[in-house]
Amino acid sequence: MFDLKRYSEAELESGKFTKLWHGPQHPGITGNMSLELTLSGDDVVECKTHVGYLHRGFEKLMERRTYIQNFPVVCRIAVPEPTFNEYMYAAAVEELAGIEVPERAEWLRCLNLEMMRLASFLMWLGGACGSFGMSTVYQWTVTHRDYMLDLFEEMTGARIYHMYISPGGVRAPLPDGFSERALSVMNGIEKLLYEIERVALNNHIFKMRSQDLGIIDPEMVDPYGIVGPNARACGFKRDVRKDAPYLVYDQLDFEVITADKSDAYTRTLVRYQEMHQCISLIRQMLEQMPTKGSFHADLPNVLHWKIPAGQTYVKSECTRGEYGYFLVSDGSEYLRRVTIRGPSYTHAIAVMEKLVVGVNIADVAGLMVSLHTYPPEIER
Amino acid sequence: MNKQDKNPGNNRENLIKLENAGLTAEEQQLFCDAVPVPYEPYSLEFVERFHNWIRANSLWVLAFGTGCGAIELNPLMTSRFDANRFGVMMRPTPRQASVLIVAGYSSVKTLKRIIRSYEQMQGPKFVIGLGICTINGGMYYDSYNTINCLDRYIPVDLYITGCMPRPEALLAGFMELKRKIKAGECDGANRYVKDFDWYKANQKKVIKKWDMPDYNW
Amino acid sequence: MGYAGLQLVNTMFMQELCERMTRQFDCDQVMHQKDDLSFLRVDRDRLESALMYLKTHEGFVHLSFVTVIDYIEDGFFRLNYMLYNYDKATNIGVQVDITRENPSMHSIHHLWAQGWTYQRELKEMYGIDFPGSPRVDEEFVLEGWDGIPPMLREFDTAKFCEDRFAKRDGRESQDIKQTMRDNLYPERGES
Repeated sequence: MFDLKRYSEAELESGKFTKLWHGPQHPGITGNMSLELTLSGDDVVECKTHVGYLHRGFEKLMERRTYIQNFPVVCRIAVPEPTFNEYMYAAAVEELAGIEVPERAEWLRCLNLEMMRLASFLMWLGGACGSFGMSTVYQWTVTHRDYMLDLFEEMTGARIYHMYISPGGVRAPLPDGFSERALSVMNGIEKLLYEIERVALNNHIFKMRSQDLGIIDPEMVDPYGIVGPNARACGFKRDVRKDAPYLVYDQLDFEVITADKSDAYTRTLVRYQEMHQCISLIRQMLEQMPTKGSFHADLPNVLHWKIPAGQTYVKSECTRGEYGYFLVSDGSEYLRRVTIRGPSYTHAIAVMEKLVVGVNIADVAGLMVSLHTYPPEIER
Repeated sequence: MNKQDKNPGNNRENLIKLENAGLTAEEQQLFCDAVPVPYEPYSLEFVERFHNWIRANSLWVLAFGTGCGAIELNPLMTSRFDANRFGVMMRPTPRQASVLIVAGYSSVKTLKRIIRSYEQMQGPKFVIGLGICTINGGMYYDSYNTINCLDRYIPVDLYITGCMPRPEALLAGFMELKRKIKAGECDGANRYVKDFDWYKANQKKVIKKWDMPDYNW
Repeated sequence: MGYAGLQLVNTMFMQELCERMTRQFDCDQVMHQKDDLSFLRVDRDRLESALMYLKTHEGFVHLSFVTVIDYIEDGFFRLNYMLYNYDKATNIGVQVDITRENPSMHSIHHLWAQGWTYQRELKEMYGIDFPGSPRVDEEFVLEGWDGIPPMLREFDTAKFCEDRFAKRDGRESQDIKQTMRDNLYPERGES
């Protein structure tokens, strides 16, 4: 292992080090962000994260749009899992406006969120294996994610940006025969997951490269605000779905998955088990879901929406951890301020800059993917 | 480059040198200051047509996910839609690529990297603008950090509209690009050279921190 | 104990906590938004000790985010530090009002190792200074920005966009209200 203490600050000027930009133009699913690496030979000595390549100023744009105009905007914030944004925005607006959501809509929302989680994890698993040199797994998972997107298309009418969860409920009920088709896709994905376990997770090369890579110390978790699978991999039983159940999660049967050491391999394993958990949750929901009843609350004319003044913070568990919206309303037709709290904010900047020191340059992409960072939720 | 010397109209001595004012004196020594030259088609038409046919059938795409449209490139390149059967494949570096896909909105910070990647690509090179936000700003028409018309900054050969365009639309776009290349209509790189000053002025109007060479060879 | 019972205990914990905080730090305003979320307003100079107290004695170990609300009419920024207690499953938002002229605030980077990132963003987006915070003057998401900080209320992004980025001809912008009235609800008229 590389010993950082041997080098002092002054020696960085000595010409023994190379400065290398990792990204933003980079193959792999690390996203459009860059790491400014200082290298000694093959090992990283120092790292600075640069973000902002995807900054669109969403928080500013949303202040300029009425509440209903924001509904198609929010899903564009994070492309692998737009549904979480839709749900958080809808939940925040409903809480401030005092809208009661029908029970059936809650089930449909929950189903949509879990399907999104599974689709996002499939993409991630492919990327994680791909960045350690196993592109075959990437081919499989992206294809099966596409079958999930077909389900979304059937459910919501769109592949990527669904705009399904609107304030007050959801836009449409499930089409006929949806559960059979969904269950057959779930069976296919479950089979695929066992295959991936055999091919990738038990693969000697994958283990060699990812074990002991980027270990998160349990003591780091609180000061750095690490959440989600990254924190659960080092033993913290923290999951918003259990801690503060939203939607119908308190009626579903699942356990928080933890492990005892948060290195890249264990984080992959935790997410792998969460994918199985997703499938089980989707099956439970398809079984228990009410098939009758209204799926959208009666709302006044959207043109005249004025939300009472107030402020709230709502959160949910997205694939990467706690995802939250802080919404401030001043009683007018426009919201006053919205802050989107994404887990990548700390994972990709403070945590990444700490973990990457001492890592071989070839493993940097693998480490970054194992933290499951996603740049647009940092800069919005 | 040999063709250059034969052509008296394109005399190298008369060419202006690039200022590279954004660089430090030390860096100015390192970077090339020659302006780009246009591509001259072969004088025999069937040779040029043959070359165009070859170009159309190996479109190597630069793997640069500039925006959210990159998410639909993954299904496109994998087994379900399988763009490889049309000769479309991903390459990791600009030097090997011939197609730059600007996938969706580009913020000012990314635009700088897009320009840099585009200029580093070897000719023949083509640009596809993906999504409505490259055409007129789309959903982000009033955002302070995203550009509205991509073709004012780099020459775009083909636009695929939608938010987000489906993989089928992307495949149709690639087919159209092939048709245009075979017909010899994709002269984006030449336009870039011809209106070089206009493009540079537009780029510098938007990118305030210009610390790269004026043309990245 | 089921979730409902746990919630009741947490609500009581929250009320007691707010009373304790009011006594100790003179919080002049307490707002209970829901069972597991309350907002406290503290003095600018007492924020650091209040956060320190919440973190070390009350178990609010997780900093969710730091954000600011711009009240341009009243001339102040309202900073919001959102903390979370994992044992009690409760959120608390500690709020501070600071003036809009030459805004500056005490840095909290020594309390949370991720705190400096938020302060960097606030410095860039609102121009609020955090003396002592690491890399606070570096560019964060913007590059070569030459105007006033973009998230301020007085910054007009549409006008900036018009001046800076060329528009393509042929784009029609419609007033959403008028269009919906005309196309979707013609019978309702002006109502």
